[in-house]
Order: sequence, then structure tokens, then C-alpha cells
Amino acid sequence: MTVLLKTLGFSVALILVFTAVSYVLPQMKGEAPVDREVDVGALTMDSFIALGKDLYQGKGTCTLCHNQLGRAPDLLAFNVEKESLQRMADSRYQGKAKDTEGYLRESMLDPNIYVVSGFGKKGSNDTESPMPAIDKPPVQLSAMEIDAIIAYLQHKDGNTVTVALPTETSSVAAAQEKTVAEIPPLAQSPEEAIAKFGCAACHSILETESTVGPNLNDVATRLSIDQIRDSIIAPTAVIAEGYPPIMPDLSERMTIKELEIIVQFLAKQTKGQS
Amino acid sequence: MLLVLMMAIVGLNGDGFLPAAAAAEVDAKAHDAAVDKDEIREETRAALIPAPKPKRSNYPNIGVSSRTIVWVVAQMHLFFGALVLAVPIFVLVIEFIGFKTNDDRYDDMAHEFMKISLTAYAITALFGGALALCLFLLYPDFMNYMMRVFGSQMLVYAVLFFLESMLLYIYYYGWDALRYGNSKWVHLTLGLLLNAVGTTLLVVANSWTTFMMAPSGVDSAGAVIGNIWEVMKGPLWNPLNLHRFIANIAFGGAVVGAYAAFKFLSAKTAAAKAHYDWMGYTSNFIAILAFLPLPFAGYWLMAEVYAYSQQMGILAMGGILAWLFVIQAVLICTILFAGNYYLWSGMARTEGSSRYQWLIKYIAVILVLGFLVWVTPHNVIYTSNEIAKLGGVNHPVLSPLGIMPAKNIAVFLMLIVTFLSFQIYRRADKVITVSWQDWGNALMVAIYIVAIGNVIFAGIYYGYFTNTVYKVGSSVIQVTSTLVVIVAGVVIDSLMFKGAKTLPSSWGKVSDRSQYALFALPIAFTWLMALMGYIRSSVRTHWHVYTVMKDNSPDNYIPTLATVGNTVTGVTLLFLIFLLFIFWIANLSGIKQIPPAPANKSVPAESAA
Repeated sequence: MTVLLKTLGFSVALILVFTAVSYVLPQMKGEAPVDREVDVGALTMDSFIALGKDLYQGKGTCTLCHNQLGRAPDLLAFNVEKESLQRMADSRYQGKAKDTEGYLRESMLDPNIYVVSGFGKKGSNDTESPMPAIDKPPVQLSAMEIDAIIAYLQHKDGNTVTVALPTETSSVAAAQEKTVAEIPPLAQSPEEAIAKFGCAACHSILETESTVGPNLNDVATRLSIDQIRDSIIAPTAVIAEGYPPIMPDLSERMTIKELEIIVQFLAKQTKGQS
Repeated sequence: MLLVLMMAIVGLNGDGFLPAAAAAEVDAKAHDAAVDKDEIREETRAALIPAPKPKRSNYPNIGVSSRTIVWVVAQMHLFFGALVLAVPIFVLVIEFIGFKTNDDRYDDMAHEFMKISLTAYAITALFGGALALCLFLLYPDFMNYMMRVFGSQMLVYAVLFFLESMLLYIYYYGWDALRYGNSKWVHLTLGLLLNAVGTTLLVVANSWTTFMMAPSGVDSAGAVIGNIWEVMKGPLWNPLNLHRFIANIAFGGAVVGAYAAFKFLSAKTAAAKAHYDWMGYTSNFIAILAFLPLPFAGYWLMAEVYAYSQQMGILAMGGILAWLFVIQAVLICTILFAGNYYLWSGMARTEGSSRYQWLIKYIAVILVLGFLVWVTPHNVIYTSNEIAKLGGVNHPVLSPLGIMPAKNIAVFLMLIVTFLSFQIYRRADKVITVSWQDWGNALMVAIYIVAIGNVIFAGIYYGYFTNTVYKVGSSVIQVTSTLVVIVAGVVIDSLMFKGAKTLPSSWGKVSDRSQYALFALPIAFTWLMALMGYIRSSVRTHWHVYTVMKDNSPDNYIPTLATVGNTVTGVTLLFLIFLLFIFWIANLSGIKQIPPAPANKSVPAESAA
């Protein structure tokens, strides 16, 4: 009986050690894509682009491979418009696209039409892409969702968005397909804008304090209104001394109205002088 | 089992391979010579039935998570299934060694191992039946689809199961009746048949699993368009077959090792301790030897997962499931620590071990450093102050150690030094006498040095100084180097041991602590099997059958690590309880009650005196 208890005790203790390890690691839950209806009639180009971005990072699972780790071309690291034109001019290109929009759509629906050098499946000599057709399972995006991603990719480099906004009639099927993304509501006040874009996570502003980024409670004493605007649009252009260059580029996520709400608010922040 | 059989019969049709509707269509059309063949194909295709698309309301709700129920029952079935399929494999080898060497100890030990397997077999069948019942009850649409896809194959599985049962009982209960002379060949043949049937059962069941991960023989809507062979031979089938085959042997070896340790700790006589010490050593030998090539089978499986779907591969290794590999590191390192510690403790059985003991501290250092690198995550969650101090989210020292190339270096070095422990253990009781021993030793040392150099160089150069696409290529060099050490070590030692003088070993004179290492092995193996099984299953995410049949049940999400940990712990504890029950039963069968003296019989005068 003693041996039984000792071996049982030892085994249970060891099992609990393994369990404890599972507790100390980050706890994340992977939700299956949730079907949500998109109100096509209420879509603006901004919200359509925002939808594309959410799809790019979420349901589309594009960032799994299209990132800086080199698994697939990092679409956020170069100008998609210019790159697309170069690829269409490549002798290896066998597709029928005539413009960026067509090229992007074609590469999502049939990734094997043109495989970027070095990114083909092993042994295929860059004739076969590891990327799945985006309209087929497991990703299975609708035509409207693919358009939204194209709009986002065109917009991110400041290029003209050529994709037309979906209309009620053009997207009956798309509306049934649904999307994981929820279009965030437009911020109407400085408080809403600051909360929406998470400024307080790194900056001291309003009621919160943080030392990761410069204090914004007195930002107007250091920067002009144009400099404040520039620091949001191009955060890496000038880095405040003593702070890491980690501020995300928020220009793609903000509407002009939201940008102006924040800029006007910050331009009045002189609390450090009082 | 009966349920599976009944369902299989219902699913059987004249064609034997196609679903009933499709087969009937084929038969009808085949007799109509006037119809064009392409037309037949088109019409047949039209008659095929796509995979069902159940809504959430189609899933029975019994008030408890259906997934957890199936998860626990399936895992228990797999634990015991692994045990009963693996034990006869090495039992047959041990029996054969005993037959060839005329050493009854081997034969007795093999017979005792089978006793454990026999009890476990009944429990495997019980959990198998429970699993089928749970699946049909809780996931009716999914099971309906699987029955349609695999149809008659289920009947083959049922027949194999009955054959396995018969062979197992004849093999075990016929042991003493077929023990010597030509009869032994009959018994060995029975053992071979038993293993052939058992392995076939394994690969048949694996085809269901791999079909769910990477379906083949069906069109994009899930309708069956190929024969059963095309359905079975998906891209992941053979990698999983190999991985499970090897893993089962390692797992089986570890479990019977725990049995030997339990008996050793309970033994009252020196003879019993010696017997169970030797049994524990043999079990550990089996477990570690099977464990060493396991990572290579794992690499093949993951490489095929990536080749099938890069998305699936990245989800497992770099997505939300990646954190689970930190726990995997803890588990595998526990196995390596326990295995090595047992070998080092076992070296105390012979005085010859003093020649090699100086190496142990170096092996231990490499194991500890390897463990620390392996468990280092790429990024951890920092506070804002910490990010400000670091200048970013990447720690300058820990982040480079947290990526795959560093972990590969750690893993392969740990495997190499574990083999070194194994090798010095085997050499400890031998005095090599071959004339070329200096050259042989020098060659072995050179192979170790080159292999270690290769592992480190390939990991650093390809991992940190070349394009990402070459990172996978570096592991080929590392795998080859490690395998060369293992194969060369076994071959060179086998040649060098010819005519070697064997020093006496004191079996039974090993510390009790070492026996707990034998317990740590199956505990870590069990947890590891459950964890890796979960990861393999979870890469399907919200699909019952990847890309073909969606999982719309309330449990179609990936749970948190703590939830996974709790479930895996629960199922491991359950397995442990059943295992101790099996050990107790095996022990009970060897106990004979002394017949009581009749109450009215007087004690003879001579005895009383």
C-alpha cells in the first residue's frame, strides 16, 4: 500500500507540474469565424477599406504568411501598385489582368498564375504557389470580401482605390456570405477617438498615465499643430528622444475627420505649463 | 464495436467501395453500352452526395460539452490502443531473443508483458465502443458522412478486430503449450500474425484521422469521387502511420517500465528485485530507443502538413497553437531527464562504469542548457515599462533563442547526448578486446564531434544568416547528423562488442529513486500523447473534415491553454487510475491463497513437535 501511495503521489505531483505550465502561458482562445451581416447600404469607402483590413488580418488569414518572416511577400512592406505592374510585365506572367485590381483579384483566386520567385512550393520551380485559392475553403472569402481586401491593399500605399463599393443589388450573395469583421463606428469626440485608437496604451493622456511614449498632456507646448498631425500620419519620421520607434502607423485606420478631432484636441494640451 | 459492425453492414453495398447511391448509379450506367463514358461520369458525379452542412441546432445538446466527452473517451481509447498494439511488437522480439539464446528469463519477461497487454485489451475495446456510441450520439451528421465515405472499410475494421482478439488470446494462453522446439515457431508465427493484424488496424484507423485533416478521394463539396484506397491514402496517412507506430512502441515500453518499477519497489526478495530491475532496464531500453527516432517522424509529419497546407502548418507551429510547444518542450525534456537519470543510476550496477562516469556531468549540462533554450518563448507579454526599457517587444537575448533554429540546435544536441548516455551505459559492463578498439573509439569520437559541429553550424548559419526558406533545409543536416551518430554508434559498438569480456552486473542493486524515473516516463509520455493529439486535431480549427465539412457545433473554437491543460490532466489521471488497476490485476493473478486447514482435523503429532 505504501508503494502504491508513493508512486501515485509522485505521478500526480508530476502531472500537476505539467498542468501548472499550461496555466502560466498566455491564455488565448481561437474563435471560429463568426458570421455577421454587412449593411452594404451603410458602407462608405473608408469603412469598406477598414473591412478589407480586418479581413486581411482576420478571416482572410493573410498575415499568417504575408509578414516579415519571409514565408510569402510582405504586402505591407512595398507598394502593391508598382509591384503588380512589374509582375504583369514579367515574361513568366501568364495571367490576363490589365491593372492592379485585376492582378490582385487574379492572384487571390488562382495563386498559381504567377508565383513570385523564391516563394513557390518546394520542388515546383516557382510554378506552384503554397497559397490557397482565397474563395475556396478553408478561407472561403466572398467576392465582396475579396474586393474589400483589394481596396485596402490599394489604399494602404496611398494609391487610387479602383474597386467599386458594393451595392445592394451587386451583393445579395455577398451579404449572405457574411463576414467576421465588424466595422468600427466613427469616433465623434476626442475621448472616443483616443479610446478607439488606443493612444492611452503608450501615452499619458486624459486620465491615464503611461511612460512608453511621450506625455501628450503637454504636447502643445512642444509641437505645433502641423507637427502633431505629422507625428500621427508618419510616426517614424521623427522619433522623440529617449523613446522607442514603436508607434503604429494610424493613418490607414483613421478617417480625416477622426484625425482632425485628435489633432485639434492635442493642440490644446498644455497641462505641463500650468 | 458491435455498433460499428452494424453501421458498417448498413453502409455496405454491392460495389464495396462507392457509396450506395453512387454505386447503384454506376451499375445502372455500366450496363448501358450506348451511353458515352464521359456522360456516365458526369451523371455519376451528379448523383454523388456532398458533405452535410449541419447548423448549430442539428447538434444534440446534452448539457455537457460534447467535444470534451468525445475528447476524453477518444484519448482513453487511444492510450490503451497504443499500449495493446505496441506491447506485442516488442514482446515478439524479446520472445525471439529468448528462443535464440535459450534464456528463459526473456521468455518469462515477454509472457509477463503480455499479461499487462491482455487486461488493457479489454479496456481498449470498452473505450472503443463508448467512443463510437458518443460520436454517433453527439455528432450524428459527421458520423453519417464518415460512414458514407468509409462505408465497407468499417466492416473490414470490425473483422480485423475480431481476428486480433482471437490471435491475442491464442498467443497469450498458448504460451506455455507452445514453448519449446518446433512448437515455439508456431507460437512466434502467431505473434507475427497478431502484430500484422494489429498494425493493419492501426493504419486503417489512422486513415479516418488523416482524412479529417487532409481529405482525399472526395471533391471540394465532400462527395466521394474515388475508391476507398484513394480516400485512405491522403498526404498525411503514411507520416502519421510511422509516427504513431514508433510512438506507440516508446509509450508501451514506458508503461511496462512503470509496471516493472512498481513491482521492484514492492519486491521483498533479492531475486524478485533483480528480476524486476532487469525488466525495468529492458523497458527503458525499448522506450528510449523508440523515442530517439520519434522527432524525425514528427518532422516528416509536420513537413507533410506544411506541404498540404502552409496555413495549417503555420497555425500549428507559429499561430495560436504554438504556445503548446512550450509545454511539449517541458514534457520531452522530462522524458529525456528521466531516461538519462535512469541510465546513469543503472550504471552503478557494475564497477566498469567508473570509466565513463566523468562524462555524466557534461551530458547533464547540455541537457539543462538545451531545456532552457527549448522552453524560451520568442516573445513574452511585457508591461509598458519593460517595453520602454527594452526598446521594443523583442528581448535582445531571449528572442533569438526563442526561434526554431535555436530550439533545433537544443533538441538535436539533447538527442545526441542522450544516445551518448545510452552508449556509455551499454559499454559500462564490457571490456572491449578487439584489436582495432583504439581506431573504433577514435572514429566514434570523431563522429560525435562532426555531428555536434554540424548541428550547431547548420542551426546558426541557416537559421540566422540566410533567407527563411533555407531554415527548413538546415534541419535536414541536423537530422542526418543525429541519425548518423545513432546508427554509427549501434553498428560500431556491435562490432566492438564481439568477443568482449562482460563484467558482473548486480541486478537489483539500484536506487529506489531510479524507479521513480521509470514512473516519470509514462506520465510524461501520456501527457505528451494527449497534448500532441490535441494539437494535431486542432489544426483543423472549425472543420470536422478540413475544407469539406464545417464544424458548427458550440465547441468549434480553440480553447485556452489552461482548458487544454485541465482536460489533458484529467485524462492522464484517469489513465493512471486504470493503469494502477491493471497492475493490481496483473499482480492478483499471481497470488495463490493457501488452502485453509480443515477445522475438525487434528494437527499431526510430528508437526506439532
